[in-house]
Amino acid sequence: MQGGRIASAQTAWPRSGPGEEVATWGPSERFSPHNSTFSFPMLDADRLECVRGRRRLFAELSFALAPGECLWVQGPNGSGKTSLLRILAGLARPERGEVRWNGTPVGELGEEYRAELLWCGHALALKEDLSPEENLRAWSAVGGYPLGREQALSALDALGVAQLAELPVRALSQGQKRRVALARLALGGRRLWLLDEPLTSLDARASETLGALLDAHLGAGGVAVLASHQPVPARAPMRVHALA
Amino acid sequence: MNRPSVAAAFAGLVHRDLLLAARRKSEPLFALGFFVIVASLFPLGLGPEPELLRRIAPGVLWVAALLAAMLSLGRLFAADYEDGTLEAIAVAPVPLAVAVLAKVAAHWLVTGVPLVLASPVLALQYGLPAEAIAVLAASLLLGTPVLSFVGAIGAALTLGVRGGGVLLALLVLPLYVPPLVFGAGAVDARLAGLPAGANLSLLGACLALAAGLAPVAAAAAVRIALE
Amino acid sequence: MRRLRWFRYASPQTFYPLAGRLVPVFAVLAAVSGAIGLYLGFFVAPTDAQQGEAYRIIFVHVPASWMSMVLSRVMAFWAGVGLVFNTRLSSMMAHALAPTGAMFTFLSLWTGALWGRPTWGTYWVWDARLTSELILFFLYIGYMALAAAIDDPRRGDRASAVLALVGVVNVPIIYFSVQWWNTLHQGASVSLTRAPTMAATMLAGMLVMTFAFWMYSIAVALSRVRAILLEREAHTDWARAVARAEAA
Repeated sequence: MQGGRIASAQTAWPRSGPGEEVATWGPSERFSPHNSTFSFPMLDADRLECVRGRRRLFAELSFALAPGECLWVQGPNGSGKTSLLRILAGLARPERGEVRWNGTPVGELGEEYRAELLWCGHALALKEDLSPEENLRAWSAVGGYPLGREQALSALDALGVAQLAELPVRALSQGQKRRVALARLALGGRRLWLLDEPLTSLDARASETLGALLDAHLGAGGVAVLASHQPVPARAPMRVHALA
Repeated sequence: MNRPSVAAAFAGLVHRDLLLAARRKSEPLFALGFFVIVASLFPLGLGPEPELLRRIAPGVLWVAALLAAMLSLGRLFAADYEDGTLEAIAVAPVPLAVAVLAKVAAHWLVTGVPLVLASPVLALQYGLPAEAIAVLAASLLLGTPVLSFVGAIGAALTLGVRGGGVLLALLVLPLYVPPLVFGAGAVDARLAGLPAGANLSLLGACLALAAGLAPVAAAAAVRIALE
Repeated sequence: MRRLRWFRYASPQTFYPLAGRLVPVFAVLAAVSGAIGLYLGFFVAPTDAQQGEAYRIIFVHVPASWMSMVLSRVMAFWAGVGLVFNTRLSSMMAHALAPTGAMFTFLSLWTGALWGRPTWGTYWVWDARLTSELILFFLYIGYMALAAAIDDPRRGDRASAVLALVGVVNVPIIYFSVQWWNTLHQGASVSLTRAPTMAATMLAGMLVMTFAFWMYSIAVALSRVRAILLEREAHTDWARAVARAEAA
């Protein structure tokens, strides 16, 4: 089963080298395209239709992603990028069509599907009164996977905000807040990434870090769908879908 | 594959909400302050005769506690809804009803328990005898969680809706009638020299029903609000 | 896609003309049975020994209370169907029933008060039935207010459906709690329901009036749902064609 590229050694994630046991965080063991047994796409969308209010945003939207593939959704504001991501995350229901994960409709999988996905919406989902470390650990605990302090700090470090770990989030700049939110990606362990405008407020270096994280994720056989106005500086090739 | 731990999610969310309440020390005091002020207004409006005050105390104290609990409901989900945390909770592989249960538990600990603890002090203002005060505290202990549970449904339904606060009151106050009747009735019974057990048991039944069904209904309402 | 014939009418486009044909049928039934019921109630039924002529208002009061309860359950049923099966027409039907249900509740409260005055000397008594009717009135108003306050019609349908289901489960509980409350405070132990020793004509009159109110409710709900359909589906071709045809 052809997957993506081999995970490159210089990425920020994961911390341990090949052959070492990674303390498993999240639902999946280390996966790679070489031990993948699936012969159908991991994520596939079948003729999705989305209606918001009275407007039909898109119809007959289909795509299939194999392990290691990434879909970049483009389009002007209001074209339905966020709506598509929300449908994939299970937050919204499509008017027609269905989303399948490893061949099974997502509605049937329920929690099994949600355990595999990592949602980074446009809203940061950070509590202003808590510190980045507290935020990350709370987010992870609420997701059912309690996180140790060390793991939280190393994830924040991967995004370059470890030194801010004890300050309340309200004291951070927009870019720093976005990086704290993206530290969830550095925790890994999930096969599907859904990212809505992840580059907002990021400077060039942080964007590159995000690109490297994405590359590592795809290289290990994960899939990603991202909506972005700007191109993500990742080396992996991306499939592009433009919404009207 | 590691399964997500529902217990860890519940504990994590309660811990997070308690931490947030501790950081913003003012919010829990609003409900308590409202309770105290309203309970103090009635004697001023009605006159200080001890007999009258003792008669109206169960109803007045219960209505004041009920209104105080209702006022604090607006913020139950609204803050999380606004900063995207509610979305993150909905996407988590943990049943949303469990998350709602956790939020309601934290909300009750922060706003309900102070009401229960303050009630004996206010009951003294109304000249209630000791056994009646004990029943009042017990009825509020059983009843305030019911108010939080049922109120969570209203809070979830009115997320981000115009006229939220008043609409929330309109939706939730009719549903508050059973706990009010049983709670105030328990204290009334004790004042009349009758056992309060029947009323308190009915209140307990309300709590069991609310704890079982309200998180499911509120979770459905949250999903509807997030769509 | 089910191919059962009656699911055809779940489509707004086919339901609209069907409803249009049914409205006059039910309206006529309502008018005729209403006339019969009122005649029975006001002329045929015997004068009550204790209450004189004033009791005759129960021929409106009791059917109105029954309808208000029944309609709340029918409304919750359609709202629930719309929530579970994601069908638009079911939710519209629930919205069409709500104002009629609220009207009957209001009517029941007023006729109860008008009955109470000559009979018990007071306009309002806190008996279980009247108090539950009042709470039911608030539930209807809450349902309509919630649906009106939410901008997105589908979200409004779903949220008000949850409210309707929660309300319908709660009404018996509230009724029971108010009855309990009544027995605690023995002062207000009057009941506005007659003892079962009712003359046959009285019962017949109430049943006929109930039937009349039911026919009226169906006629009004069907007519209202047509208006809601046109409003909600205004962007579709069939609705525009209908609007043009009716304007001509």
